[in-house]
Amino acid sequence: MKDVDYDVIVVGAGPAGSISAKTCAEKGLDVLLIEKRQEIGVPVRCAEGVGKEIEMLVKIDKRFISAEIEKAKIITPNNATIELSADKAGNEVGYVLERKIFDRYLAKLASKAGAEVRVKTSAIGLERENGCVKLKIRSMGEVEEVKARIVIGADGIESKVAKWAGIDTTLKLDEIESCVQYLMTNIEFEENTTYFWIGKKFAPGGYIWLFPKGEDAANVGIGIMPKMSEKSAKILLDKFVRENFPDGNITEIVIGGVPVKGAIETAVADNVMLAGDSARHADPLTGGGIINGMRAGYLAGITAYEAIEAGDYSASFLRKYDERWKNDFGKTLERNKKIQEKLIKMDDETLNKLARSLEGKRIGEISVRKLVIELIKNHPKLLWDLKDILLS
Amino acid sequence: MKLVVNRYKCGYCGACVAVCKFDANELIETYLEIYDDKCTLCMACVKTCPMNALEVID
Repeated sequence: MKDVDYDVIVVGAGPAGSISAKTCAEKGLDVLLIEKRQEIGVPVRCAEGVGKEIEMLVKIDKRFISAEIEKAKIITPNNATIELSADKAGNEVGYVLERKIFDRYLAKLASKAGAEVRVKTSAIGLERENGCVKLKIRSMGEVEEVKARIVIGADGIESKVAKWAGIDTTLKLDEIESCVQYLMTNIEFEENTTYFWIGKKFAPGGYIWLFPKGEDAANVGIGIMPKMSEKSAKILLDKFVRENFPDGNITEIVIGGVPVKGAIETAVADNVMLAGDSARHADPLTGGGIINGMRAGYLAGITAYEAIEAGDYSASFLRKYDERWKNDFGKTLERNKKIQEKLIKMDDETLNKLARSLEGKRIGEISVRKLVIELIKNHPKLLWDLKDILLS
Repeated sequence: MKLVVNRYKCGYCGACVAVCKFDANELIETYLEIYDDKCTLCMACVKTCPMNALEVID
């Protein structure tokens, strides 16, 4: 008789969870992937933009691509626009996904690799016993206990697995972006272009974005830092939409919180690893979390396999996963957290001045790093502030 | 005084759970549960809610 029901249980079937389940299953492990929602992929909590490097993680299928991105426009409080475009025209730099399709596609990959998938199934408690984990789950209303060697908590910003495992990931009010987004039609924008409105006037501690979803619809959303804003995300977005897209119609409302804490000290405990938003893996500068989540999911999967091969599920063995994600994208999280702290402190007049110095210049690369370097060329004083970040 | 959620406004995004130090709330599928015995009325979730769905009432 087997001592456990599964080698690995993955909690949460978002991109991080599905990729970790897929990775474990491909390695021949017995895997259960549970999702508390009755439908994978909804409700969406995401602006859906990703960089082109996603191609390294999943084969692109046009069914889950809403638009390709070639250009970015950054708009400052005085409406000056900085344009960033890829050096070769037509060379897309990113995609806007259709998460409803994308998330299901990834869950299907996990299933095809051999993972068992159960929806409308929540984890409701975690206990350790004889070196393994007893996970209490509620599946379509029925409570049961399942035993596993390792649990991967990919259970999002509201992660309970982290709390049960004793990993404190509580976010302070300057470590979270509070977000609302409308999927809008009947609005005008340039195709294949993303827009970012920055400055306290628009979004204290965050920004407003427009990501096209095809030619005739776009995600228009806002993220604000609760510590810096008196008004809620919804109130500020409604004001922006009234002023900028008065004729637009809203066909979907998306609500979410994005962790912008930067790299946490550890995403592991005995028998447990966290991946994606639960481990605060989203980028603190851009808010993007899909690619980091998928990378983390893969690395957690590989580490789970090695731990099971070694018969050691202790935190000290699983620290290997910490090393891996920190070496992979953890350093960028730290660097971008420092840049974000500088940017959100700038007053609107400074942003206006910076933008004026870049007006008319074409920046041939869409990257925050490149933008910051251009700014410094024009504002040597900034160099002093940012030197540690750029040299790291 | 107690914390209440307006379910007609709540978008069940989980942001309030992420900022709660006291484990005083939980997002069960799409249903936000508040545990009054643990809530300290610290207001972190009220300030974080994107939809203004949380408030403290008398």
